[in-house]
Amino acid sequence: MEKRVTFSRWTIGILFAVPQLLLIFTFFYWPAGQAVYWSLTLQQPWGGGNIWVGLDNFRSILSSADYWNSITASLVFAAISTGLAMFIALVLAALTDRQLAGSRFYRVVLIWPYGIAAPALALAFRFILAPEAGFLAVVNRMWPGIWDPGLDGADAMASIIAAFSWKYVGYNFIFFLAAFQAIPRSLIEAAAMDGSGVLRRFWDIQFPLITPTIFFLLVINITESFQDSFGIVDIMTSGGPANATNLMVYKIYSDGFKGLDYSGAAAQSIILMLLIVVLTIFQFRFIERRVHYR
Amino acid sequence: MVERTPILNFVTHVILFLGFLMAVAPFVIVAIASSHNLKDVNDVPMSLLPGSDFWVNIKTAWTTADLGPKLLNSFIMATGVAAGKVIISALTAFSIVYFRYPGRTFIFWLIFVTLMLPLEVRIVPTYAVVANVLSPYQAILDVTGLSWLIEKVSGVQVSLNLGLLNSYSGLILPLIATATGTFLYRQFFLTVPDELTEAARMDGAGPIRFFIDILLPLSRNNMAALGTIMFLWAWNQYLWPLLITTDQSHATAVTELKQLIPNVGGIPEWNIAMAGTLIVMLPPLIVVVAMQRWFVRGLIATEK
Repeated sequence: MEKRVTFSRWTIGILFAVPQLLLIFTFFYWPAGQAVYWSLTLQQPWGGGNIWVGLDNFRSILSSADYWNSITASLVFAAISTGLAMFIALVLAALTDRQLAGSRFYRVVLIWPYGIAAPALALAFRFILAPEAGFLAVVNRMWPGIWDPGLDGADAMASIIAAFSWKYVGYNFIFFLAAFQAIPRSLIEAAAMDGSGVLRRFWDIQFPLITPTIFFLLVINITESFQDSFGIVDIMTSGGPANATNLMVYKIYSDGFKGLDYSGAAAQSIILMLLIVVLTIFQFRFIERRVHYR
Repeated sequence: MVERTPILNFVTHVILFLGFLMAVAPFVIVAIASSHNLKDVNDVPMSLLPGSDFWVNIKTAWTTADLGPKLLNSFIMATGVAAGKVIISALTAFSIVYFRYPGRTFIFWLIFVTLMLPLEVRIVPTYAVVANVLSPYQAILDVTGLSWLIEKVSGVQVSLNLGLLNSYSGLILPLIATATGTFLYRQFFLTVPDELTEAARMDGAGPIRFFIDILLPLSRNNMAALGTIMFLWAWNQYLWPLLITTDQSHATAVTELKQLIPNVGGIPEWNIAMAGTLIVMLPPLIVVVAMQRWFVRGLIATEK
């Protein structure tokens, strides 16, 4: 869509865009280019510039068991937390949309979790799920040693999944509810007239009409699980125990800033960037489908 | 809504209530835990009756993590990001919607691409840029031979250096450098009737006048929505502040939470940790509750 009426003095027009362009050049395009350059070179340990190593950084990363472990952990985390957060939010939104008494209240409260900073909720969950205090510690009273996120990798993974899903149920709820409310009431009333029950209407009318939102949220949740998980991992597990929760962004951070391996971290960034770009392109294909529905 | 479904209604109420419990339980637990003393908070299971040490714990957390200045830092950063986004996105959207100039589509795509790569995946090089924001320009001068030329002609060696580590601009600017708000404004500007522009031009208004006196007042709703979302987003940032505030003076409240984690084998001062958590999660929660309408609207509009 284009404007029919525009202003003719386009030098002023360009000036309006200059602040944004300067910012994205300095803080986006340059660093992104820098990442590509670093990933193809190796920094000399005692100064003296970078030497060209081609794809060696990628080769060494892709042959490292630690990195594959990190990818697996990220994928497990993304799959389970996205599934949980989306399923719970979908059920809650569908039920809130039935507009029984109190639905206005739920509409307000159920989105609160999304406002909370990931590290803050991580600390809260660290306490709630701590093995020696809090609430889940009760199971350790009955069966000593059954739950310990500090020692058991699966327990640690379960903890960060719980914290992340809790926050994103709130996020998904907002979008699902908006999608349900965008469905014309007349459609549902007409179906009810024809004698279909609540569940039937859900599967045959509401669910098909919100599939675009489902695809959209699927992509957003997966990309967020790569990024927003950093605070949760850093506060709850620091990537441990034994790298069980060393997710990709956390590994970039610890390799780059703690291990000072800029080239390795840059190569990992590039791989993650490619992954996210592929997901985003995938999402745009489905956005077209969504426009089609309206 | 349309028929009587007593059983299903009952199930709906039960599930929604469980969802409600799930959503508020962590808030309630944090609040109660921060009112207990050291012994009670470590009881298994912890008593859900509030203790009497609430203010003591709040005070201890406040001083241990030095939250006063840190909250101020968070507030400055979040306000800066929100204000910067609201202003810069409006300017850019105005430029790409209301003008026809060569390269406009290119600029549009240049900005659009920034939506794809979040700061988290390019932290390492962005950190290097922020350590010296002028380094990109220095490199351009070096590569094009301009710095050599300047040195030959004037005898001055060009070395541009401006570090933004441990500064508010270093915290704020990289977070503004994305396209989120630009598209929100663009969508809105496209719905503003052309007749309005024509009328303004007829009355002799130039682009700047039109922008300030007509377009911006019309965009108030968008500004509120975008401002709310960006404030929350910036307040909740963790990785970026953690990296660039090597010095305590510019650390934010969220990064400071790490100081409160009880050490393994140390004194399990969970009551203090939870009091700190409560303080840090309260401001965004207040914003969500007070600005609910703008929050929901902004979220849905910016992500589309």
